[in-house]
Amino acid sequence: MSFMKLTASALAVAAVSATGAAAQSRDTVQVAGSSTVLPYASIVAELFGENTDFPTPVVESGGSSTGLARFCEGVGEGTIDVANASRAIRDSEIETCAANGVDEIMQVRIGYDGIVFASQIDGPEFTAFEPADWFKAIAAQVVVDGEVVDNPYTTWNEVNPDLPEAEILTFIPGTRHGTREVFEENVLAAGCEATGAMEAFVEHGMSEDDAEDACMAVRTDGVSVDIDGDYTETLARISSNPNGVGVFGLAFYENNTDTLKVATMGGVAPSTETIASGEYPVSRPLYFYVKKAHIGVIPGVKEYAQFFMADEIAGPGGPLANYGLVPDPELAATQSMIENEETM
Amino acid sequence: MTDATASHTPQPGQGGETAKSSLFTVSPRTRRRNASERRFKAYGVTAILLGLLFLCFLVYSILSKGLPAFTRTVAEVELTLTQAQIDEAESTLLKTGAYRDLMIAELGKVLGDVEPDAIQRIVGNPGAMLRNFYTANPDAIGDTVAFELPTASRVDGYFKGRITREGQANSTFLTPADLDLADRMQEEGIIKREFNWQFLTGAEASDDNPVAAGIGVSVVGSLYMMFVVLALSLPIGVAASIYLEEFAPKNRFTDLIEVNISNLAAVPSIVFGILGLAFFIQFAGLPRSAPLVGGLVLTLMTLPTIIISTRASLRAVPPSIRDAALGVGASKMQSVFHHVLPLALPGILTGTIIGLAQALGETAPLLLIGMVGFVALRYPDTIASGFLDSNSAMPAQIYTWAARADQIFYEKAWGGIIVLLVFLLTMNIIAVILRRRFERRW
Repeated sequence: MSFMKLTASALAVAAVSATGAAAQSRDTVQVAGSSTVLPYASIVAELFGENTDFPTPVVESGGSSTGLARFCEGVGEGTIDVANASRAIRDSEIETCAANGVDEIMQVRIGYDGIVFASQIDGPEFTAFEPADWFKAIAAQVVVDGEVVDNPYTTWNEVNPDLPEAEILTFIPGTRHGTREVFEENVLAAGCEATGAMEAFVEHGMSEDDAEDACMAVRTDGVSVDIDGDYTETLARISSNPNGVGVFGLAFYENNTDTLKVATMGGVAPSTETIASGEYPVSRPLYFYVKKAHIGVIPGVKEYAQFFMADEIAGPGGPLANYGLVPDPELAATQSMIENEETM
Repeated sequence: MTDATASHTPQPGQGGETAKSSLFTVSPRTRRRNASERRFKAYGVTAILLGLLFLCFLVYSILSKGLPAFTRTVAEVELTLTQAQIDEAESTLLKTGAYRDLMIAELGKVLGDVEPDAIQRIVGNPGAMLRNFYTANPDAIGDTVAFELPTASRVDGYFKGRITREGQANSTFLTPADLDLADRMQEEGIIKREFNWQFLTGAEASDDNPVAAGIGVSVVGSLYMMFVVLALSLPIGVAASIYLEEFAPKNRFTDLIEVNISNLAAVPSIVFGILGLAFFIQFAGLPRSAPLVGGLVLTLMTLPTIIISTRASLRAVPPSIRDAALGVGASKMQSVFHHVLPLALPGILTGTIIGLAQALGETAPLLLIGMVGFVALRYPDTIASGFLDSNSAMPAQIYTWAARADQIFYEKAWGGIIVLLVFLLTMNIIAVILRRRFERRW
């Protein structure tokens, strides 16, 4: 019966290919993590495939926390080799990793990236922000006349008379993005200190830790929107809301200068120069983490890390710098660290 | 029924008025009923018109945004590379960059007094293309070869109208002065537009060389997945439904199975992705990002659809066919395989193709098994290895492109949608033709 034969042979093909898969070892480096690092990692992955004999690594996105969580799932072919992150790994994540047998982790700093505050090019004149403006605009609780109250502000000029009279509407990275942590620390916490809210929180009976948490708590009345997707989602929200202000990576902004205008932060305009010199206040290092146990098991893991951090790639004038990365001045130290496979 | 006869039958208590009613004058009640029918028809027409309007809007926006992806801007450059130059380029770490610099130097000679950086902003990063050519054709070293190199994404956007001169005022990737140079190159015939075959045949590319990105490799990935889905879900689905429909006793247990199959058809597809990650990758040890795993996950998703449509078409075969076969002495199995199944086949195939089309457009489960991201990078080396080599799928590729910073990827995402729709439309047309040609009605 031809139908039965067809069925049997199809099942046989599937079974053979499945067993073949289990026997074959993986030869492609698997990378996952931060969507901020994704463009850099995919540029390197492409060049790595074109310029070496190794297959092009697979780079997945999803956010720093997601990437590190998958990185810490364990050791073996079913787990990823490299995690990209736009923040340093947390102690809790190192513990999770160790509990799952991932105890040797190499931390590689790729370079620096600026976080910029941009709005629609034809929208209100958002040209200069201070961390204090952002804290007062979107913190859950602020200090008004010495009292701690729920955030009452609805327009930017109530926060700071120099800002335009426009409704406050911000699009900030969601909590699974590493960018959020940097935003909280360098903008909200800094603004909290600058406005004296931090002291006021402590005076009103909060402990030091609670006051720090209160500084970084974002209001939940819809004025500030968490974006869990990529920067394109933030861009789409900005395009449909003239009053919206979004948080972007510098490289993403530079790719979209025809639709976005950027604001200064603390009086400094974001650029690779001001970020490299440290003048621009909101920048952060970008990292990737390598599972040392996979070096020598999955072909190309160490070579990928070496290629990534080579002067021609991650150094000044290289393709990553062209795309918007601020090169790390301590590149040589990172290179020797990879060479010697030094773990954290 | 009472409504229909009311105007003709005299009602007690209304004698005087109803006696006057005639077929030639329309009573107010009939008028009301006719009006309500007309209103209902108007609602129907409005609904259809609205649907058509949305369809037109959708088709218009897809075509207007996606069609530019099928053309590209190329710069024609004649290049003569010596063995020494090739050797020098091959000795560097970033070989493709060295090839690009050789090409920029050559173009600089043609254009005269122009900065190399400006040329690079216009031609982008064609190094890999040059290197691949010379690796594949070592005989061409020393000869003059004419290359058609795709220009950088923003130059392409400028000639397509996606990018304006004003918009580039603050850009570091392409300055208004570069646009003057690009205009000059177009006047001199160096830059021209042509059909973009690379979009249909090419592989994924990074933000460093976005113009090279094509959907070809992910089409192959999708085809591999569809092959797995077809090879597994058709036999399993048909066998399951024949057993349930023709052989299984009708009891509580089979009822339970039936209810669960219907439930399974309504399960969100992301759930199958989580299942696939946990079972096929973490437990069974199959590789991530492999079309085989994608196919297995989509098989789980497609099975209920196929089982439901197969059972429906088996049920549509009249019992007289079975009775006649059994009556002339055929066994139960003979009656099913010789008579019922061939008659149900058009319906089964239609259901299968629709199930496949649904699976073809699915992204969510692929997100979890590593097929979404920077994945579809090369064609499989052999036909068999295609099941296990890392690959993406068409909808996943579109999703990835839509999230990229460079606007050319947005255009490519819409172009990818057109390609995907062409596939879906073809499959649906095949399903319709099969149904029209082979379906029998009783």
